[in-house]
Amino acid sequence: MAGGDSFVPEYGELSGDMRDGTYDFIELDGVEKVFDVRRRTGRFRREKHQVRAVDGISFRVPRGEMVGYIGPNGAGKSTTIKMLTGILTPSGGRLRVAGIDPSRDRTRLARRIGVVFGQRTTLWWDLPLRDSYRLVHRMYRVPDARFRENLERCVELLDLAELLEVPVRQLSLGQRMRGDIAAALLHDPEVLYLDEPTIGLDVISKAKVRDFLRDLNAERGTTVLLTTHDLTDIEQLCKRVMVIDHGRLMYDGPLGGLHEVGESERTLVVDLERELPPITADGARVVKVEGPRQWLAFPAARSAAPLVARIAADYPLVDLSVREPDIESVIAKMYAERSADG
Amino acid sequence: MGAGLRAYGLIAAMWVRSTMTYRFSFAMTLLSNFTATGFDFVVILLMFGQVDGLGGFSFAEVAFLYGTTGTAFGLADLSLGQVQRLGRRVRDGTLDTLLVRPVPVLAQVAADRFALRRLGRVTQGLAVLVWSLVLLDVAWTPAKVVLVPVTVLSGWLIFSAVMVVGAAFQFWAQDGSEVANAFTYGGNTLLQYPPVIFAQDLVRGVVYVVPLAFVNWVPALYVLGRQAPGGLPGWAAFVSPVVAAVFWVVAGLAWRAGIRSYRSTGS
Amino acid sequence: MRLYAAVAAGGFRRYATYRVATAAGVFTNTVFGFILAYTYMALWDERPGLGGYDMAEALAYVWIGQALLATCGLMGGGFEDELMERVKTGDIAVDLYRPADLQLWWLSVAVGRSAFQLLGRGVAPMAIGALAFDLALPERPLTWVAFLVSVALGVVVSFAVWFLVALSAFWLMDGAGVVQVAWLSGTFFSGMLLPLTVFPGALGEVARLLPWASLLQVPADVFLEKRTGWELVGTYAFQAGWAVVLLAAGRVLQAVATRRVVVQGG
Repeated sequence: MAGGDSFVPEYGELSGDMRDGTYDFIELDGVEKVFDVRRRTGRFRREKHQVRAVDGISFRVPRGEMVGYIGPNGAGKSTTIKMLTGILTPSGGRLRVAGIDPSRDRTRLARRIGVVFGQRTTLWWDLPLRDSYRLVHRMYRVPDARFRENLERCVELLDLAELLEVPVRQLSLGQRMRGDIAAALLHDPEVLYLDEPTIGLDVISKAKVRDFLRDLNAERGTTVLLTTHDLTDIEQLCKRVMVIDHGRLMYDGPLGGLHEVGESERTLVVDLERELPPITADGARVVKVEGPRQWLAFPAARSAAPLVARIAADYPLVDLSVREPDIESVIAKMYAERSADG
Repeated sequence: MGAGLRAYGLIAAMWVRSTMTYRFSFAMTLLSNFTATGFDFVVILLMFGQVDGLGGFSFAEVAFLYGTTGTAFGLADLSLGQVQRLGRRVRDGTLDTLLVRPVPVLAQVAADRFALRRLGRVTQGLAVLVWSLVLLDVAWTPAKVVLVPVTVLSGWLIFSAVMVVGAAFQFWAQDGSEVANAFTYGGNTLLQYPPVIFAQDLVRGVVYVVPLAFVNWVPALYVLGRQAPGGLPGWAAFVSPVVAAVFWVVAGLAWRAGIRSYRSTGS
Repeated sequence: MRLYAAVAAGGFRRYATYRVATAAGVFTNTVFGFILAYTYMALWDERPGLGGYDMAEALAYVWIGQALLATCGLMGGGFEDELMERVKTGDIAVDLYRPADLQLWWLSVAVGRSAFQLLGRGVAPMAIGALAFDLALPERPLTWVAFLVSVALGVVVSFAVWFLVALSAFWLMDGAGVVQVAWLSGTFFSGMLLPLTVFPGALGEVARLLPWASLLQVPADVFLEKRTGWELVGTYAFQAGWAVVLLAAGRVLQAVATRRVVVQGG
């Protein structure tokens, strides 16, 4: 084991493929996780069947990237994170983090990763925050100076000064989450996994957490993989997003590209002089009418100009505006299509 | 192993420090632990208030049995008693948070909520042991003298290995913590009494199947100058440390199998 | 009333879902039953008729103890951890403002639990004990009914004690000490370790008057037909008396605690 300097990336021992000087920090090739589930089918009979929680996922994340990993409940997000941290052993495929096979070298990898579970704390429930940090300090063998520096920084940026002597169980959800994030970073992990880090937080806490993560990524180059329900997290933090559903990767690319994949529509809101029957125009359809105001949907990829021109020519127009599709409806649409297929 | 002990020490020390901030409360729980665990000895006192011997064993002899198993069990309970909470950790998912740390999970589970108040049981067992040594009329030889601490230490290791096996069992049966109780608390109660009062099938089971007899019966009966239980030869009195080592091999295997199962099923 | 019946049914169902825990409990009760049975045999061999029991009665006593251990909450009422946790986290404030009465609510849960424990964890060890040893069983069928009434009263007394223990969390930082004392009293003064009739002199007389006697010693004596006919009236009155006193004490504590919560604003 590499002793105290675990926060220095040990390039020498990494086997990850180096391409153009940047290597892929996280690598997944056809990773699968299959669970045997026993279900009671009769009074005494039980039936065994298999659930493919993760069904052949491949992706790569280069060092220093911040990636959103999203999907509906039970899509396989948490299972993926658990395999990336070594908690769960994959049923198939190849998986490397920093060149390490997490399921085989779990404790060695543990020094180099930070994990925050939104639903449960990694802190010691009955101990004051400061004691939890002390334990982290010793457990990860963080050099004293380094530890003090990291702690000071976290305390300042995450606003923890008042909370250090408070037992974890007395902290509010937002306070606890901030405390958890700090605990995950005191040993300078190269990658941080965040599983729902803003779940249940109020607006101010959310903003604080997001600011902190953005700084962390920018200043330290920490690789961040973020699962979340809150798409605002993704919009504000990640350039790249991966969408998973039914254990399969459905999209992997820039946030903006989701619109094209989801074949999303933009909306033209038209205010007419008076109530009229629904507008008819090529390439658009009326989705809603409310008095003199009408909503028309048209493909996001097409320009709005010809449509506006035609309506202006045929109808008594007072005002109009174009609304961009929001990411949530895009993703909802993706899921709906996927479910219809399967 | 070294990493595990170090982590255990770190976590345990943290809990000790945190309990020591409430000294009065600590003193009270220590005292109540001492008293609470003493009540099964009061039962033995009450019994001997009515009779002169149990199965031909005098009060001092029964107290010796009680003291050896009680101290061994107290030490195991103090050091590893927390592992029986494993099922709960599996159920509520907090085991995951232990798996992402760079130290052995067993050390983390065992040291969690390390409670010095459990010294109460150890102290109480030791007090009875010392009392019995004062009362006993035994022809002490160097071998017998050495055997007393060896018995207690081997018993500690055996009981704690049983606790680990019981915890490992909970990887599959999360609500099954009571099964381990049958062997730990049950074993402790059983070993307080002389083997002659039990059905010989039961005694043979405790000697050859789940060899808890090596916690104290086998070596203690040698010290008392009585015949070994279950037809064992006399030298068996000295193999308790070996039996303890075997127990720990089994415990290690069971624990590893449990962790492996958890990591493949996630529950 | 219908509400509390539903709560009790819920308590029953909840414990019925813990199949593994129940099986594990039966196993442990049976193992302890065997160990205790042999120690009692050794004791009654030396002193036949000790405590007014013959060997078969003493052995029956052991297995009744194992059957009632969970039912009468000798080593814990099964609800106090949860209730204390609610006090500690402050969730109790919500409970106090609910239209349902706190004490009755938890009593219903406890009754439902005990009903399940009697069936799930009581019957099997008793049956195994009866097969392995020669136990004294009731000669009159009506004794079984009288026994069940006594057990029911024991359940209420046990609840009342554990409810008091749980409410102590309002005043104590760490309830572990109180729980331990209650646990100790529950095992020792109920007669779980040794029948209270075997306790000598004043200790025995006091022990037989304490509420914990209602949990095991009294039901066991009803089972063994040591208390029959009109004697049963006095027996039930003893148990019911403790139930009323302890439930009333719980009411008082609950009222004080409520005021405290209201004053502190939760």
